[in-house]
Amino acid sequence: MTRPVFACAIAFVSWSLAAPLLAQAPATPPTPTGNAENGKQLFTEKRCFFCHGTEGQGGGAYPRIARVQRGADNFVRYVRQPAAMAAYSEQQVSAAQLLDIYAFLRGLPAPTAVKDIPLLNQLKAPGK
Amino acid sequence: MATTRQPVGRRKFLQGAAVGAAGIVAHAREAEALPESQQGGAASPAPEPARVDVFHTDRPGSDYMVDVVKSLGFEYVAANPGSAFRALHESLINYGGNTKPELLTCCHEESSVAMAHGYAKIEGKPIMVMAHGTVGLQHASMAVYNAYADRVPVFIVVGNILDAQFRRSHVEWAHAVQDAAAMVRDYTKWDDTPVSLTHFGESAAQAYRMATTPPYGPVVLVADAALQEEPIAPRERTHLRVPRLTPTSAPVGDSGAVSELARMLVDAENPRLIAGRVARTPKGVDLLVELAELLQAPVQDMRFTLRMNFPSRHPLKMAPTVRVTDADMILGLEHPEFYMNLNSMTPTNRMGMETAPRYKPGTKIATISSSDLLTKSNYQDAGRYVEADLAIPADAEATLPALIEACRRLITPERRRAFDARGVRLAEDSRRAREQALEQASWGWDASPISTARLSAEIWNQIKDEDWSLVSDATFISGWPHRLWDITKHHQYIGWSGAYGIGYGAPAAVGAALANRKHGRLSVNIQCDGDMNYAPAVLWTAAHHRIPLLTVMHNNRAYHQERMFVVDMAARANRDVGRAGIGNDLSDPNIDYAMLAKAYGVYGTGPITNPNDLGPALKRAIEVVKRGEPALVDVVTQAR
Repeated sequence: MTRPVFACAIAFVSWSLAAPLLAQAPATPPTPTGNAENGKQLFTEKRCFFCHGTEGQGGGAYPRIARVQRGADNFVRYVRQPAAMAAYSEQQVSAAQLLDIYAFLRGLPAPTAVKDIPLLNQLKAPGK
Repeated sequence: MATTRQPVGRRKFLQGAAVGAAGIVAHAREAEALPESQQGGAASPAPEPARVDVFHTDRPGSDYMVDVVKSLGFEYVAANPGSAFRALHESLINYGGNTKPELLTCCHEESSVAMAHGYAKIEGKPIMVMAHGTVGLQHASMAVYNAYADRVPVFIVVGNILDAQFRRSHVEWAHAVQDAAAMVRDYTKWDDTPVSLTHFGESAAQAYRMATTPPYGPVVLVADAALQEEPIAPRERTHLRVPRLTPTSAPVGDSGAVSELARMLVDAENPRLIAGRVARTPKGVDLLVELAELLQAPVQDMRFTLRMNFPSRHPLKMAPTVRVTDADMILGLEHPEFYMNLNSMTPTNRMGMETAPRYKPGTKIATISSSDLLTKSNYQDAGRYVEADLAIPADAEATLPALIEACRRLITPERRRAFDARGVRLAEDSRRAREQALEQASWGWDASPISTARLSAEIWNQIKDEDWSLVSDATFISGWPHRLWDITKHHQYIGWSGAYGIGYGAPAAVGAALANRKHGRLSVNIQCDGDMNYAPAVLWTAAHHRIPLLTVMHNNRAYHQERMFVVDMAARANRDVGRAGIGNDLSDPNIDYAMLAKAYGVYGTGPITNPNDLGPALKRAIEVVKRGEPALVDVVTQAR
């Protein structure tokens, strides 16, 4: 009945290792060639949303991948040999499917700015 | 009614004592009515004295037990009823007047102990739990392990019928045990099985003292059923007394070792303070802040936030960009996972296991931890061995005043200038980390299922002007409260379960809310759905005892951590990750938590799927809580 949940420790490692690879990039990559609509479906089927959220927003332990800034080749390479996340083989998700997922992620809208979200904007106040 | 002719022994003695003590209504006339043949004639051996049935006593042993319990200052007794402590139960409510302690009706012993666990984290002292010596303690055992691993005091009294002659049915045989505390001895601090009332009194005081001396821990005291139910013998009445509880102090680190540690910290250019269960009390937060500010050293307490150790928006709150790799001195304070802070390990996504230090060669490592003072072999919660340069086996909170003074004495004006410059850099790191957190929270802001960042921000908006207390863990919602809220007080966060045994969350929240009630605090429980389903009837306990508590469901409709594990394993095995929901999903049908709450007499609303509906729903629920009742808002959320 009891269930240790020590995986969070690994999740933190995952976050620290993967975030630089997925979320940060120096330049805007070229327009994706994949099918974004198909990619959206695959994002669910391949359980990407388990860690990264249904909109690729990420969480505390898992990096945001919405509007991923890596190039497509780099993205595919990372999924095959990631720092800490599950490594998806060609058998599990093909390169073509990954390009579709990539197109979906790249096409996700940018969020509303913090200053325009009153609940977040009020959180800018320093601590008491 | 004792009807068996017994050999001379303790029971016989007690029966006789009862006759003398209680001014008995005897039924000796029944013997006179027997036929002469059965009474024995002149030629027969001398008759045994007629049996005397004793129906009443003015003073069962359990009354004395209540005197002892009251002397220890318990406010509450949490219990699911059980026959093995029925006399103590009766004495508590009639002889004891059901006040200090007041009996809390629990629907599962795991809930009883977890409630005590949550209560102690707020109030800093234990409440009592009663349980059957067998089936009750078996139910309770996982929660006992959590309390042990979390170093929290819980005072457990278990009933047991040790004397076989007193077991009146097979139920009582099945509920009896030779060594009742054995099943939890691996994860309790102490136990005893008293064989007299004097023994009970002394061991109760001993148990309380052990439970509340750092490192804290659960204790078990066996209350023998015959000892509870039989009258106090006349001989005992003359000398029974309630022992005086001896206060203890927490173990403080050796002065020489503390001086050496101070030297390490003051000499360091990039020290790091890694906090685990440092703050046992509000004073612990003040002391850690004082040490950090004195040294201008960053404090990390984000990883498995075990306690409220350090204010969430303090400029010295360690930013993710400040890493142990840059440190030249790292101090671990009461951290069971200190090894993982210092070393990398091969992640789940690949085979094998290799570890490597994250810190650079020459980095000084030191610890202050009371873990060395409470160790057991079988259960492995002690954590992996750390190769420290200095290990101080002591209570961190109690040692901090001496460490602060020792550091203060060593700080020269030159070091002060270096510290101040370091503080400016760290404050800038912290400010940037906070901005990044807000920016991160904006992603998926309008998503449905609702993002855990939005959930946390909406709750904060409703509670920020109240005297609030987060009575749940924040790990499964990506730590958003610690990244967004202004957490400054010890009671504003109770930390995690200790052993990560699921089923702790809901009852611990109810226990913590119970402790918060008399302080007039608004208790908030962000409740994982998987955890809720272990023993949801604790909602009824909250309703029955009018415990004000806002429960907000983090309803991701799965045992999500396990779902991710199965994805990891499927990926390793090069098989279908899409099937990871099997055995882990909590959908088809979806569970209606608002209806569940209503069934237990708790205000319930939801499921909320539109993030714009969340704020108003929370506001309505808080109005209910402010009337002194529990309320539940079911929110369908992102997985993390």
